[in-house]
Formats: sequence, C-alpha cells, structure tokens
Amino acid sequence: MSRIGVAFDKARADGRAVLVGCMPAGFPTVEGSIAAMTAMVAAGVDVIEVEIPYSDPVMDGPVIQKASDIALTGGVRTADTLRIVEAVAATGAPVVTMTYWNPIEQYGVDAFARDLAAAGGTGLITPDLIPDEADEWLAASDAHGLDRTFLVSPSSTDARLRMTVEHCRGFVYATAIMGVTGARSQTSDAAPVLVSRVREVTDLPVGVGLGVGTGAQAGTVAGYADGVIVGSALVRCLLDAPDPAAGLAALRTLSAELADGVRDPRR
Amino acid sequence: MSANAPAPAGQVPDAAGHFGRFGGRFVPEALVAALDELDAAYRKAMGDESFRAEFDALLRGYAGTPSLLYPAKRFSAKIGARVLLKREDLNHTGAHKVRNVLGQALLTKRMGKRRVIAETGAGQHGVATATAAALFDLDCVVYMGEVDTRRQALNVARMRMLGATVVPVTTGSRTLKDAMNEAMRDWVANVDDTHYLIGTAAGPHPFPEMVRDFVRGIGEEARQQCLDLTGALPDAVAACVGGGSNALGIFHAFVGDPGVRLYGFEAGGEGMESGRHAASITGGSSGVLHGARTYVLQNADGQTIESHSISAGLDYPGVGPEHAWLHDSGRATYTPVTDREAMAAFELLCRTEGIIPAIESAHALAGALKIAPGLAAELGREPVVVVNLSGRGDKDVHTAGEYFGILDKEQ
Repeated sequence: MSRIGVAFDKARADGRAVLVGCMPAGFPTVEGSIAAMTAMVAAGVDVIEVEIPYSDPVMDGPVIQKASDIALTGGVRTADTLRIVEAVAATGAPVVTMTYWNPIEQYGVDAFARDLAAAGGTGLITPDLIPDEADEWLAASDAHGLDRTFLVSPSSTDARLRMTVEHCRGFVYATAIMGVTGARSQTSDAAPVLVSRVREVTDLPVGVGLGVGTGAQAGTVAGYADGVIVGSALVRCLLDAPDPAAGLAALRTLSAELADGVRDPRR
Repeated sequence: MSANAPAPAGQVPDAAGHFGRFGGRFVPEALVAALDELDAAYRKAMGDESFRAEFDALLRGYAGTPSLLYPAKRFSAKIGARVLLKREDLNHTGAHKVRNVLGQALLTKRMGKRRVIAETGAGQHGVATATAAALFDLDCVVYMGEVDTRRQALNVARMRMLGATVVPVTTGSRTLKDAMNEAMRDWVANVDDTHYLIGTAAGPHPFPEMVRDFVRGIGEEARQQCLDLTGALPDAVAACVGGGSNALGIFHAFVGDPGVRLYGFEAGGEGMESGRHAASITGGSSGVLHGARTYVLQNADGQTIESHSISAGLDYPGVGPEHAWLHDSGRATYTPVTDREAMAAFELLCRTEGIIPAIESAHALAGALKIAPGLAAELGREPVVVVNLSGRGDKDVHTAGEYFGILDKEQ
C-alpha cells in the first residue's frame, strides 16, 4: 500500500479525515515554499499536495493563479518541484504532486515518474488528464510504483465515474462543486452525493476539494469524506501577509484550525 | 454537395477526436459530460435534414453565402500567379467566422441552453458570437484580454451594441490565450445552461472537427466556383493560420485532390529569429494546450510562451490539431509570413483591387506572393492560386494606419 493509503487508513482508524494541504511549488520562492509546506506539516497537515505552477491553469481560481504567476515569474522549473517534493517528503508526510499535463509531457512522462519516485513523491493528481488520454501515464505510474489520482465531478455519469475510479490508485479526488479552485462561504450539497456515488464503486479513500477554507467547513466535509483538500485558503495566508514571517504564522494558525476541523467530523 | 453534409466515413479524426497523435481531450472531468452532450447533439444535427436546411438557409439568407470567388487581375499581374480571392470578407460581420457561430448557435438552441460564452482576440469572433446571440435570443458573455480590449476598442463597442457583456481578462498575458482560459473557467462553473462557443478549430474534441464542418462550405464553394471559372482545380490553395478555422474551411474540400497544393501561412511577427512570432507549427513543438495535443509555443518546461503578431487574430500560441496532423502527414505546407511581408501585401491589395483585407488575410496574400515564382517554375506556366480572403480590414484601419504612418496627429 502507498504511503498515502497508510495515512488514510490511520486516520480512518482514528475516526477522522485526512487533511491535504495544497501549495504551488516555488511560491513565493523555492525555499519559501519548502518552509511553508514544512510549517503546514508541523501544524497538523497530514498530506502535502505540491502543485506544479503552469502558465494556463484552467481549473484554478484567482488565488492559485496569482501564486502560480509569482512562482513562474520567479523562474521556478519543473526540476525545482522535484527538489521541493524531496525536501518536504523528508518530514515524513506523504507528498503528492498536482499538475496540469503539459509540463509532464515536456519533461517526459516516464522520466518524470522515475524522478518523482526517486524524490519520494507518492503520485500525481491530474486535473486535465482523464484516463481516456492517460495510456502513457498509466504505464509509467505502474513502472515506478506511483499513485494516480484522477478527478470525478458531480457531472460525471455513472459509467465514467466507475471507469475513472478503476484507474485511480491511492485516493480519488472528488470535485465538490462545478467550478474552479477557491474558498467559498459554503461548500456544496453535491459533494456528499458525489462521495456516496464513488463509495458504491470503490473502497479507495475519497478526498473532497474545491471550496474549503475554515475549520468548520473541514469538519463538515470530514463528516462524509476520507480526505479534506484545502488549497486557496492556505495560499491566501501567504499572499495577504505583510511579510514572510507573518505569512508563515497565518499559515500555521489556519493549518491547525483545519487539522482540528478534520478531527471533529460533523456527521 | 451541400455546405454541411456529414463527413465521409473513415476520415480523421477518430471517434475520440484524434488526428494522428494530435487532438483528443485534455480537460477537467467536469467538462466531459458537456463535451459528450455536444458531440451527440452535433452528430445528430449533421444527420438531420431539418438542421442542415435551417443552417443552409441562414448561411444564404443571413450571412450572404456563397461568397464570391473573384479573379483579382491587377493583383495577379503584380505577383505572377492567377489569384482567385475567396471573398469571405463580404459575409455578414465581415469574416468567415459567421459560418461557425451560426452553426454552433443553432446547436445551442437544440441543446436547450440559453447562454453562450466566447473568447475573442481581435474581437471578430466576439462580434460574430454577439450577432448570433442577438439573432437567437441567447445571453452572451465574451471574454477578451484587457490588452486586446484596448487594441480593438471599436469591436468592444460593437459587441455591447449587440447586447453582449464583454469581460476584460486581466490574468496572464491579458490576450487571447488568457481569454480562452477564463472562458474555460466560466464553462466549468456554468456548464448546465451554457455553451462555450469556441471561435476556431481548436480545443477539446469535438470542437476541432465540429468547427471545421461548420466552415468547410468555404472550400466546397471555392472548389466548384474554380471549376466553373477555369474548368480545372487550382494549383494551390492559400490561407492564413492562427487557430486555423478559415484555413481548414478552405482546405477541407481539397484534401482529397492530390494535385492541389495546400499552404498555410502562420504569423511570423518580427521574424522567426527574433523569437517574437505566433508561428506555432514552424516555431513550436508538440504539447497540450487548451484541451488538445497540438503544436504549441512553449519553453522546455511546457510553459506557454507569449505570441506576437501585428494581427490580433493570429496572435495565439497554439493551432488547431488538424493542422498539426496535416503538417506531420505532409499534406499541407506551413510557412511563416512576417508582419512586414503581410503589410506589404495588405497595401498591394488595397492599391490594385480596391479591397482592404483583414491583416490576418494579408498573411495569406503575402504567402501567395512567396509561392508564385516557385510554382510557376515548377509548372512551366502561370499557376492558379485560390487565396482565402477570410476577413475584411475595417477593424484594422487603426493598426494599419499607424503602421503606414498615415493617421493625422490628432487621431
């Protein structure tokens, strides 16, 4: 079983959900992002999701777009992402990578899988790669023992949901709302329905993302999902801070609040 | 043959939208259901006599097709080829794009959706979409890079007159590719009641195939018109290529004619060596952008590089996947044309024929100029070249006026 699977099993045994925290690689700098992710782990984030910044992130809302822009303007390379994965994996927390497909295609799919596995990464979340187009990634992830997280959506048909989940390994990513990333005042009613549809076809853990920004929301999602995925709200801690130290402090505070939230599932 | 009969069997793309190694669907799962719905509606419509009759009636009675195939004698004499201009510039809204929007607007109605969104660069597709939205009583939101809203202020006003909402996009490079990203984000959030009316033969399956089919009447008309006019097929067909819908529209009917050479002219901007161009096939490499695998201007890490062209409509760092395939298969030849070459041809057409072309189309004219001597030498006679005059130059008067230094100071 993958390290992520172990984390989900442990959380399930403790009667809580896993907290997955997302941060773009190289935001605000390579070293700054390692510091941020390390702080998140120390404050109770179970799994780190490192997003490879991309010039055309169609699934991301304004907050992650802005952070990705800052990272790319700062000159972050795909190889830097691997260095960040390695540094954060050294904390002991499982590190999964979220990426749009083109950076991987240009790096070389098999080469990236090899180097990600060597860096201690657990696998990829692929927001714009569906299993229908993923032959090369299916082969490379098998060859290098990596997890594959494809997304399912409230609009997925039963047949597509089953097909997509069959190609997942590690965990399934359920997009709670129809829309892009970004914290919202309310998470959606569609999410619990989607999670139960996934559970009908798999025993894999289900993470829910898109829209979670507070401990209370994390608790609500923890009531029906195995994992709570938070991105924009964490990124905003750094974006809105007057200086890096204040940013890290805000990040620790929110991480701890979210960690409390996933330990208090509202069923 | 009707301008909108179904595609012959056995042709590319395959059922999943692959043109060889290009095309396909690289999209969030959230969009797959909508793409499947669109694909089903499009295939049903293309097999439905009443849809085809309705589309044909609109093309003829509203858009003004078939467009003329005009022998440009004075221009021809200057370049050493018999040039036949496919006058898409005379269509309602001033470009070939009206064909695509009418087809997609009809589909939108059939799918029961009542809102359309679109991206636009120069504003031509935005204007065409706003026009169709007015005609079909659909809500319309057009995403346009903030930089382009300033370059093309008149088109912004035209869209608003037609009742559309224009949203200036302030992310990324603030141009066409970012407008497309923003439209995709809108679509992901509003897919239930919204159709994304993509303006070129790019994007995820079925858009490249569907858009091509809606515009392929251009080539079907031109092929018959050329036969009627000259008694033979042309030696070559030339078109500009940005996303590539006008080029596919005119190429498609000739793909099965081995004697007809197909030339696509990309925007070479300030020259290939300058790095400031929009020639995705000539100067790019295979990658994934906006939902399909195709040629992309990108760096070694797969980050999209900003494109440059004097023509806002060609200023895009990708290209439709069918062009990528036609290039790889060798069936069509793609060559860059610089801003300077395009503007020289622009001026030549103005002065010899009294036709002000879109700067996009001027790239095709410049391309015809480039290939004429070689073709004449190869054939041992004056070659016949059909050039797709895909749009008119009204929208470019300011840009061209500045380029030629003929605007009075206070303007």
